[in-house]
Amino acid sequence: MKMKKNEIFLFSLLIILSCVFLFPIAIVVMNSFKTKFSIMGSPFKLPDSETFAGLDNYITGISSADIGGSFLRSAFITVFSVGALVLLCSMTAWYIMRDKTGIGKILYRLFLFSMIVPFQMVMYTMTYVATALKLNNPVGIIAVYLGFGSGLSVFMLAGFVKSIPRELEEAAEIDGCNPIQTFFRIVFPILKPTAVTVAILNAMWIWNDYLLPYLILGNRYKTLPVAIQISMQGAYGSVNWGGFMAMLVLAILPIIIFYLFSQKYIIEGVIAGAVKG
Amino acid sequence: MKNNLKAYFPLFVLPTLAAFIISFIIPFAMGLYLSFCRFTTVANAEWTGLENYRRIFSDSNFTNALWFTVKFTAVSVITVNILAFFLALALTKGIRGTNVFRTIFFMPNLIGGIVLGYIWNLIINGVLGFFGTDITYKAEYGFWGLVVLTNWQLIGYMMVIYIAGLQNIPRDIMEAAEIDGASKSQIIRRITIPMVMPSVTICTFLTLTNSFKLFDQNLALTAGAPARETSMLALDIYNTFYGRPGWQGAGQAKAVIFFIIAAAIAFIQLRATEGKEAHS
Repeated sequence: MKMKKNEIFLFSLLIILSCVFLFPIAIVVMNSFKTKFSIMGSPFKLPDSETFAGLDNYITGISSADIGGSFLRSAFITVFSVGALVLLCSMTAWYIMRDKTGIGKILYRLFLFSMIVPFQMVMYTMTYVATALKLNNPVGIIAVYLGFGSGLSVFMLAGFVKSIPRELEEAAEIDGCNPIQTFFRIVFPILKPTAVTVAILNAMWIWNDYLLPYLILGNRYKTLPVAIQISMQGAYGSVNWGGFMAMLVLAILPIIIFYLFSQKYIIEGVIAGAVKG
Repeated sequence: MKNNLKAYFPLFVLPTLAAFIISFIIPFAMGLYLSFCRFTTVANAEWTGLENYRRIFSDSNFTNALWFTVKFTAVSVITVNILAFFLALALTKGIRGTNVFRTIFFMPNLIGGIVLGYIWNLIINGVLGFFGTDITYKAEYGFWGLVVLTNWQLIGYMMVIYIAGLQNIPRDIMEAAEIDGASKSQIIRRITIPMVMPSVTICTFLTLTNSFKLFDQNLALTAGAPARETSMLALDIYNTFYGRPGWQGAGQAKAVIFFIIAAAIAFIQLRATEGKEAHS
């Protein structure tokens, strides 16, 4: 019986903690339904008949090109950068692990090295190079993400390539496959679990990334985090808090939905990335 | 096949490598060189040797940011890891709803730094509003605000790693200790903690690097206010580059120091994990 009492206590404690953890998100969601002048100063007040704004913040927010456009731009950049990273880094990882000339080893070391370099070290010069090469647009930035994200991606995929038995590839070769066929028919399907991990880690990074798109795309092509940050830089009185809350919710919502549907992969992926990185 | 493979270099490696050179190798080399130069744009750089490095160590913004970062990192590493460890212990007892709790605690980790910063800005200012003040009033408010934010973000993440570590402890060792009459606290101190040491190492370094490199959260929560007192290193580097004309060289030198510290942490981490693996 004593054991049971302990369990009830622990269970209640965990319930309370869960509420504490969910509280900040709940506050933002609640305030996104309040009128813009009733948010700052009294964020904990529930909306009443006077301060309830319905979906106004979302409707005005999304129809003002800023939020809707930023949302779509963020989605575009995330999807294509992740696609490029997964496909091209898998190919690169396989090549450098199968290469016997020594170039593979050098490249592997370089990719590994790039993982420990903080963004601030290269932000100024990277912005300069990207602008000089006209990569400062929503398509060009995909190349920048491919380059800056390739370190972790190649490293993780190469680690998995190591465990693929060579016999499989040799058999394919004897059957007349060229390296392209061998890679796409044999290697890539085996790489899938790691490719999923790499995709998740990169998607979370790119969707939430602020400084890189701000420096490279700036005001002209705002991603969602950039739009959020910029809208707060205006004079204090001019901030539309209602629209701002709606923007925060729109930035969180896709990740949470994605998370609730593929939780297992996300948690596993994040752990794998942590342990290797 | 090996000779054959070489012909496929342009297809398999070149796209990634070209992007890597453009957005990492060249910027890194240029950055290193520019840290020894005076410049306002990359094109007008003039070699000045160690001048920038001399300048930054007499710049109180930099030394304050360094000290603030160290204090913040130390407090975060300790609080995050202790709380995450106890949560992990609680969630490995087979209590009802364990999976739901795990899902909830991990969730904040998925939210981006800018959004996290503004969520907590709203809440902390809402609370401080009752006392007629706000987060930019005192540096301590910003400091503890960042600590709370970081805990909220990282506890669930570290908890998940600790859970994996705890689940790897063989049942029979625990049972043997129980049969031998070990108390609960003895089991935790003598068996659980030593057995999860690899997880402790991973989590300590993860919290360390995450806290040390913090930028987005810092920018959104306080942006350094009041008077740059709550600027961490990454934010100070950013402000030096883009907020102080004529200080670009110094900004780059700060970035090099930042890189060297990050590399040193990574190197120690590698040593620490290698040592652990060799033992077990």
